[in-house]
Amino acid sequence: MTAVLVDDLVVRFDEIEAVRGVSFAVAPGEVFGLLGPNGAGKTTTIRVLTTLLPPTSGRALVAGHDVVRDGLAVRREIGYVPQAISVDGALTAAENLEFYGRVTGVPKHERRERIEQAVEAMELGSFLGRLGRTLSGGMLRRLEIATALLNRPRVLFLDEPTVGLDPTARRLVWERLEVLREEAGTTLLVTTHQMDEAERQCQRIAIMDFGSLAAQGTPDELCNEYGVASLDDVFTAATGHGIGEGGNLRDVRAGRRLSRRLG
Amino acid sequence: MSAPAADFRAGSVELPRRALEQFARLGDGARAMGWAEVRKLRHDHLDILTRSVQPLLWLFIFGTALRRNRALAGGFGDYRAYLAPGVMAQAALFIAIFFGLAVIWERDVGQLQRLLATPLPRLGIVLGKATGAGIRALTQACVLLVVLAVTGISIRWNALDIAGALVLLLLGTGGFACLSMILASLVRTRERFMGIGQLVMMPLFFASSALYPLSIMPRWLRIVARVNPLTYEVHGMRQLMLGISQGGTLWIDFAVGAFFLSLTAGIAAKAYPRAIL
Repeated sequence: MTAVLVDDLVVRFDEIEAVRGVSFAVAPGEVFGLLGPNGAGKTTTIRVLTTLLPPTSGRALVAGHDVVRDGLAVRREIGYVPQAISVDGALTAAENLEFYGRVTGVPKHERRERIEQAVEAMELGSFLGRLGRTLSGGMLRRLEIATALLNRPRVLFLDEPTVGLDPTARRLVWERLEVLREEAGTTLLVTTHQMDEAERQCQRIAIMDFGSLAAQGTPDELCNEYGVASLDDVFTAATGHGIGEGGNLRDVRAGRRLSRRLG
Repeated sequence: MSAPAADFRAGSVELPRRALEQFARLGDGARAMGWAEVRKLRHDHLDILTRSVQPLLWLFIFGTALRRNRALAGGFGDYRAYLAPGVMAQAALFIAIFFGLAVIWERDVGQLQRLLATPLPRLGIVLGKATGAGIRALTQACVLLVVLAVTGISIRWNALDIAGALVLLLLGTGGFACLSMILASLVRTRERFMGIGQLVMMPLFFASSALYPLSIMPRWLRIVARVNPLTYEVHGMRQLMLGISQGGTLWIDFAVGAFFLSLTAGIAAKAYPRAIL
């Protein structure tokens, strides 16, 4: 069984077609990267897969459950870390973990143990008592990922998990994700617009541009197919243009707000 | 037993089990968000004090200035005592209506998306948010009750009556918090919500019995006040805290509060996910 199956997915907002007939499949335990500039349709695709948005047409299955017909079952099987920092700054790190343990339906008698495991997995022990608003960007991201692990998700969706982080914090986040994948076999679906990062961390990649899939495969396969040396060049060859800034005013404003929050 | 019959029997057991599970998850949402709100209040004591200033100004400046006005007090002796339940309800209304601002903020910082991607039913999230608003309103009401006791403003200090008044306050606050979530799902920016919030809150407040009895209102305003849930909330609280009634019975006040909360929570559960669009 595939962990994620997307079949001819279309998402339309009035006149705008944000996702145009996208299809891909992610195997269990795989790290799958969805690449593209701002406005390519990556976040919209993730929102459909996490049941936040209904698709206009097409089909999407997560852990074998249909995102439209069985949204609740999908939400039981997933963890989701959105692009913006979703940790509550008015609660401590420990309280954030307790809160997400409660809302994700972790049974009371297992909650303490699962929180301890998540704390260990993301190395949060040194700042559990600090309020969310006092944590650095890297700490916030690790805390956020820890909160998404409490219900032991089969599929973890990470929307631009390292955007706004400095290189050290970025490396630490990826290290912890790699450990998580190896030890728990969690499937990771990651969106990013940083090609070098995708090339290093993702086993397979789908390149999105203007809502469509331009190419998909392993980084090596894609480089060989287009006869180029890097994913940046693959993107240019597949789409006919370079990976630019993209995005609208709302995206840019949200990006700057996020950068400010991450210090 | 034939296979279809066995399937039917299994299905008929499965349905109530799922319904019970769903019902329990509604409670989980309310408990989790109520718990988070209490923790936030513990980290920020100043918030309770600063929020208490406005109702105290109403009580001690507006109330004192009109203290001897028996018409405004509906024949009751001390206008400040008459005003106290209205001021409590008004302070809670302010908290509830501006809870929608928090929804827009939560959307901007990603918390709303996170919550909507958890296995909590949408109604559970909405009721959880309403519980959060209710806890803030309850904390503020307790501060006001302490002030009433210290300053000797005379109300009926009966534990059951006070508890009943606080239940009415919770129902009303929950209902108005859900109304604000519906509004938040319709507007894109915090600035616009501020304008709409004022536009909704002021008529609700002034076209109710919070400050003065219905009997001194012109007929058209009385009609408006009679369809305003705040009127019933204040009426019931006044009856419980002061022992005065201006027509209507207590059970109607509770029924209106419960109906208002159910209606707005139902609509908010449908509208709330739209806030992320």
